[in-house]
Amino acid sequence: MKKIKKTPKSSKPAVLQDMGSAPSARPLSLREAENHYCAGCGHGIVHRLVCEVIDEFNIREKVIAVAPVGCAVIAYDYWDFDVTEAAHGRTPAVATGIKRVRPGNIVFTYQGDGDLAAIGTAEIIHAANRGENITVIFVNNGVYGMTGGQMAPTTLAGQKTSTTEHGRSLRREGYPIKMLEMLAVLPGTRYLERVSVHSAHEVLRAKRAIKKAFQMQIENKGFSMVEVLSMCPTYWGMSPVKAADRIKSEVSTFYPLGVIKSC
Amino acid sequence: MPGLCNNGIQIKVTIMKSKILMCGNEACGEGAMLAGCTFYAGYPITPQNELTAYMARRLYDTGGVFIQAESELAAINMVFGASCAGARAMTSSSSPGISLKQEGISYLAGCELPCVIVNMQRGGPGLGNIAPSQGDYFQAVKGGGHGDYRLLVFAPASAQEFLEYTALAFDLADKYRNPVMILGDGLLGQMMEPVHMPSPKDQGGAAAEKPWTLTGCKGRKPRIIRSLLLPDGALEAHNKKLQEKFKLMTELETRSETFYTKDSNIVLVAYGSVARIAKAAVEMAREKGIKAGLIRPITLWPFPSKVIENTCVTAGPSAGSGSAPDNNRGAKKFLVVEMSAGQMVEDVRLAVNGRVPVEFYGRMGGGIPSEEEILKEIELLAGPDEKD
Repeated sequence: MKKIKKTPKSSKPAVLQDMGSAPSARPLSLREAENHYCAGCGHGIVHRLVCEVIDEFNIREKVIAVAPVGCAVIAYDYWDFDVTEAAHGRTPAVATGIKRVRPGNIVFTYQGDGDLAAIGTAEIIHAANRGENITVIFVNNGVYGMTGGQMAPTTLAGQKTSTTEHGRSLRREGYPIKMLEMLAVLPGTRYLERVSVHSAHEVLRAKRAIKKAFQMQIENKGFSMVEVLSMCPTYWGMSPVKAADRIKSEVSTFYPLGVIKSC
Repeated sequence: MPGLCNNGIQIKVTIMKSKILMCGNEACGEGAMLAGCTFYAGYPITPQNELTAYMARRLYDTGGVFIQAESELAAINMVFGASCAGARAMTSSSSPGISLKQEGISYLAGCELPCVIVNMQRGGPGLGNIAPSQGDYFQAVKGGGHGDYRLLVFAPASAQEFLEYTALAFDLADKYRNPVMILGDGLLGQMMEPVHMPSPKDQGGAAAEKPWTLTGCKGRKPRIIRSLLLPDGALEAHNKKLQEKFKLMTELETRSETFYTKDSNIVLVAYGSVARIAKAAVEMAREKGIKAGLIRPITLWPFPSKVIENTCVTAGPSAGSGSAPDNNRGAKKFLVVEMSAGQMVEDVRLAVNGRVPVEFYGRMGGGIPSEEEILKEIELLAGPDEKD
């Protein structure tokens, strides 16, 4: 995989040391593979962060991942641990089956906004409500990338997609869904945080959140989920740099970053 | 065997070799427990609720996993996950719920994951009713979900058979790495009958080590479970492998029961609860001097086509023998009886292949054919000459 280098500014070496391995070394859990993601896509960063966290906890041999349907459908081509596919949106149900049979393993799902916030809404709500001791990595880029940039449940108002050529109309298409805020009211959820990967600084914060989410599972504390705001330059119709700027200026103002719930 | 129940009444049984009064749903559940089922996920739907309740109770007692899922989709996908993780896993439902599970069943078959799926059929289409039906035959044996796959489909006809074939289903699911369906109906699911409990030595062992399960990659290379095969030709190769497996299942797993077929002029074909009614009608016909018989498919897929074919009249000299055709041998007419508009009859016609007429009698939407109704059909087919 061609790594999308997010070299942090030299002013923050101390933070890097805190985070463990040097950013240039490929994590043990990450395979060497050709990257299929578009230029400027955030998936590569999130894949890597998950792998770094798994290495740092030394749980690679205990991990069972559930890959989604969407752009990350072949995540197992990059991850060097046990992975199964799941039908579109059924990811948390599959993870539930695995974790209940093998509570000693570390089980996580990796889902996009179509998978988690549209077709799999029932599965994520009920896995969360049961307090399944799993970790959910939710990558929200606001479009269906795999199928050609259609409107997602998380598409912002006015955003142009292949199925909302004149921009998402709130009257016609309804409102973007804030999944974490929805799930926060469920007593079964223990740790919910929204992060972004649009800058080096935010990437480091994203890693901390992902680490905390795995920590929760390791400590048997129950359901944890990290929503990662991610760029889709291809279907946002802008350069990678502009896509990163859009998260800062637009996306993160609607989807506020930070811990939504921790208990 | 503590914890056995009927309609919520706890019965403590200390002697293993005994008969217990159970409904088909409960017998099915006990068959699963005997086979070492440790995971069940399901969603309430009549007429199979006794099975869900039975599994909830028994898995709680034995430390297994029971999940009342938020939907049929979640239930079948929880089974998918449990199967990935190596458990002997089961789900059950009735017709509308089984329709919802089809996506998951296709994925299970594509990923070669073993599991047992029980369908206690009810009247359809749509929400239909909660009376017994056999309207899901096509769905069960012809695919149901998308893509080229087959399920091994058992059609038990008694509570005893629900116990035995459900237990066997787990062994065969593991053997072939394929989902197995138990196709019953609301009548069989809820009817109470004495069930003989096998002694422990008669019971199959729990699942052997499965070298493909996801357990965490400690000491080995990581494993991937997938049905997505994008490289050119990869999916076709996978399909060819699946078809080889289905061919092997056809050779080794076809099961049927025959009743008076050796000297029958009129051969009935029926499965499940209808086969039991048809059996009684055949006895009544025999008392009237009509040479009737019955073929009861026990597996609906693979279908016992050869047994049906062999029961037909041979239309010419058999290859290599040179002898004259024996037109007195074999069935002259077939009568297929189903609680459907005529689904299995298509497979009977394929097996008979035009050699002799294949007639059909069916009831739909929860109607159950009586012995007298079936006898009347036999008599119509027999005509005045058939009686001795």
